[in-house]
Amino acid sequence: MEFLLKPWPWYVSGPLITLVMLLLVYWGKTFGMSSNLRTLCSIGGAGKYADFFRFDWKAQRWNLLVVLGAIIGGYISVTFFSDDSSIALSAQTIADLEELGFHKVGNTLLPPEIYSWDAVFSLKGISILVIAGFLVGFGTRYAGGCTSGHAISGLRNLQWPSLIAVIGFFIGGLVMTHFLLPIIFGA
Amino acid sequence: MKIVRFLFVGMFFGIVLVKSEAVSWYRIIEMFKFQAFHMYGIIGSAVILGVVALWVLKKSRVRNAEGQLIHINPKDRGFVKYLLGGTLFGLGWALGGACPGPMYILLGTGVFSMLIVIASALLGTFVYGILRNKLPH
Repeated sequence: MEFLLKPWPWYVSGPLITLVMLLLVYWGKTFGMSSNLRTLCSIGGAGKYADFFRFDWKAQRWNLLVVLGAIIGGYISVTFFSDDSSIALSAQTIADLEELGFHKVGNTLLPPEIYSWDAVFSLKGISILVIAGFLVGFGTRYAGGCTSGHAISGLRNLQWPSLIAVIGFFIGGLVMTHFLLPIIFGA
Repeated sequence: MKIVRFLFVGMFFGIVLVKSEAVSWYRIIEMFKFQAFHMYGIIGSAVILGVVALWVLKKSRVRNAEGQLIHINPKDRGFVKYLLGGTLFGLGWALGGACPGPMYILLGTGVFSMLIVIASALLGTFVYGILRNKLPH
């Protein structure tokens, strides 16, 4: 039981993610979380504005259940499977982030400097969340998948498109981490 | 209802991603700074095991729950959309620390400001759908 409460090491978590992917393959589905954004747009009536949203979203109900389950899973893990330990980040990461003005680095899953209501109710704070969400929503559909669809599902088949997409994920992530975050938070 | 199994897979996925800390913005920044093996270990082991497992399943001609041979649909051809779309996604991923799975999981952990990210991800997807025919793919 104590093992469940502690953070799980990568060599436990990685294979368990493979298990999720394999279960979905066995049930004739493709593991991909970002498709749900398109499905939700369709349910909301986006089909009136673009053909892209005119498809049989009911065939995607299974994936919406995965989403609902993911929300419940998030709740279960912090409520029942947590010992409130902080994240064992590398000392260098903590030092780098403190230099940018982040405090209590790793005490929570997300930085209060971005996600606390104090941060959200400032122009800078709300802009960060809106821009981040927009880029994720737009980019993931443009690229035809996200981390689960391209990295986990696509690379297993060693497909070129997924490799290119993952290289793109890294270009964007590296530019943000090394050039833009210091400007956004350092100033 | 057989469809309920997907709810349980989602719950399992959510718990694994929280317990592995893969939903943490801090872990994502640490990864992009190459300062720890953790995230590379998670994604790398998931991918390598997946490659091996699928190869074995295909070789041994295992059939899925519907009685068909295991088959993975190939992705469409293209280059610009994967590179450009991927880059835009990467920028957003490192800025907010939430990709399309973890954003729901994190909402479940009680971070309600995530609803703003989810709403604007829906807007981003919607705008892509509108502009789709005008973008290079």
